[in-house]
Amino acid sequence: MSPSTKYTEYDAYAADDAAEGRVFDAGGQDWDRIVKEAADAGEERLVVNMGPQHPSTHGVLRLVLTLDGETVTDCRVGIGYLHTGIEKNMEFRTWTQGTTFCTRMDYLAPIFNETAYCLGVERLLGITDAIPERAQIIRVMMMELNRISSHLVAIATFGLELGATTVMLNGFIEREYTLDLFEEITGLRMNMAYVRPGGVAQDLPSGAMSKLQDYLDRMPKRFRALRKLMDDNPVYKARTVDVAYLDLTGCMALGITGPVLRSTGLPWDLRKSQPYCGYETYDFEVATQTTSDVYGRYLVRMKEMEESLRIVEQCVERLQTVKGPVMIQDKKIGWPAQLAIGADGMGNSPRHIAHIMGTSMEALIHHFKLVTEGFRVPAGQAYAAIESPRGELGVHVVSDGGTRPYRVHFRDPSFTNLQATPAMAEGGMVADVIAAVASIDPVMGGVDR
Amino acid sequence: MSSHHPEQAAEQAADRLPEPAEDAPQEQPVARMGMFGARTTGDTSGYGGLVVRRRPKLSSERPYGGPEGAAEAGAFDAVADALESALPEFGDAVERVVADRGELTLHVRREHLVSVARALRDRPELRFELCSGVSGVHYPDDAGAELHAVYHLLSITHNRRIRLEASCPDADPHLPSLVEVYPTNDWHERETWDFFGIVFDGHPALTRIEMPDDWVGHPQRKDYPLGGIPVEYRGAEIPPPDERRSYV
Repeated sequence: MSPSTKYTEYDAYAADDAAEGRVFDAGGQDWDRIVKEAADAGEERLVVNMGPQHPSTHGVLRLVLTLDGETVTDCRVGIGYLHTGIEKNMEFRTWTQGTTFCTRMDYLAPIFNETAYCLGVERLLGITDAIPERAQIIRVMMMELNRISSHLVAIATFGLELGATTVMLNGFIEREYTLDLFEEITGLRMNMAYVRPGGVAQDLPSGAMSKLQDYLDRMPKRFRALRKLMDDNPVYKARTVDVAYLDLTGCMALGITGPVLRSTGLPWDLRKSQPYCGYETYDFEVATQTTSDVYGRYLVRMKEMEESLRIVEQCVERLQTVKGPVMIQDKKIGWPAQLAIGADGMGNSPRHIAHIMGTSMEALIHHFKLVTEGFRVPAGQAYAAIESPRGELGVHVVSDGGTRPYRVHFRDPSFTNLQATPAMAEGGMVADVIAAVASIDPVMGGVDR
Repeated sequence: MSSHHPEQAAEQAADRLPEPAEDAPQEQPVARMGMFGARTTGDTSGYGGLVVRRRPKLSSERPYGGPEGAAEAGAFDAVADALESALPEFGDAVERVVADRGELTLHVRREHLVSVARALRDRPELRFELCSGVSGVHYPDDAGAELHAVYHLLSITHNRRIRLEASCPDADPHLPSLVEVYPTNDWHERETWDFFGIVFDGHPALTRIEMPDDWVGHPQRKDYPLGGIPVEYRGAEIPPPDERRSYV
């Protein structure tokens, strides 16, 4: 750094002062000076930019708060800092490659993104009933495991934002165990691209069932411990009970779904009301609360994790008896999915390779065309919606009959639910804004896509 | 196809989609040719011969059926009947109805979009309380209706879904805003404006939401390229990836 550079004298906002009133740059560490300046200015109304680099805003969310003392009188939400153009990119890749993109949207719930997209593509192809049962069971199991890991992060980070490191550590430890399962089954902890149009990418590896059993043995105790830590914790309840109230009318108008909607007492869960992937055959309850506040949403999430564990248990039971393929048997759509780890550590299907390389030139050509060019999807549009940890994750897929999507649009629940922030936060204390945003549990990767 | 090589032309001919029946109205015969921008014979991947034909505009006849199929009258007919009795201008407002793949689409003329949505929300036998937002689609070949806005409505009361589709020409990209009926569409309409350039008249604050405020163009349109845009960040301009310095 040259000696002439003095960052203390740098005032990037000098030009704005005249237009917008006095501007204080709170980027540095000298809080005493800022507080003194603000006090000297004697302004009643203070506009604060919370984010986009504020740790408690779940990524890059910007909240523009107008404060009167400690009361929030006006709240505006700015998003778009994590826009990656996933929907645009998907138009330039094949239908199968699309899972690799959309899995990265809501990075805490990758399996849900993939499944919603694949259900949409399968509806367009008209093969919804042709998906093998084992693939459906694996999808349900992975989704419920993913719901647990996502809710754990929601609860853990919420604890951290309220200042409770214990909650954070406890939640993240359990999430690690869940991600270990994902790694065992798919090879990756996040962004797996595991669910594919037609089924799943590969069958469970040999060691997975015992690991799943260990997980099922472990988690109930851990959920009880979390509940012991939080349910009746007076500090936690003081920060969450009756905070960020949003009733059913508000939820309907703002299009809110998921735990926030269920905390108003409406048992709306797409797994029950519009089942997909065979959810109607599983035994579970829809968690609801009637308090419409942050605490109610926490209880809904806790109960949902316990119910998810019940579903995973039923899946594990079924997987022991239901054998068979995990990818659609239509050779024009399905990739080889009975993979084995070879000496080089790569997942390959030795039988398939022997077939295409050794016996059939046509099979080789077909495989090459299927993988590089992809399959064609009949023209038309479809909408598939699933219950993600944050609410209704909808996907609108449009095909023009080609091997690439013509348009894919995701109705991400985080995006829609985040609109409720002003309704929850205005009129409350500035500290409750954190609780309000955390109870929505937005994931900015999903919001901005 | 523009191929002059007889061998490749034969290969391309074999690769084409089946010709549609002669009586099918073929408005724009070819919607897209080639893949990854390959136009010439230099392409060895086989993509160059890919021809995607445009499907004629669908229009379903009664009975519309329900999510299970259109064999007999079902939930979709109930929705259509209720809407018809609720709206005197039904014939005017709904251009065509499509029941496809267990989903019902009402193509609504833009002048009537708000009244249709209001009837769908308020009538007890319809009660589509929840709107799942707006999804824009750009059909550059659909002359006079290039830009489409697709709304997915959900009735929790009756556990049904339907889809509304409205369109506007590129030259006059205006649609009425549905925010007064479904406040949830606030951000969704901003997103569709941002990505497609559809102006939603009556929206309380139609500004960009995902792209920077001073962005030029609407990236999800088909005439907007993928990549190739230099990015400006704090005064420094970063060229697009294909124009950056190469270390090879």
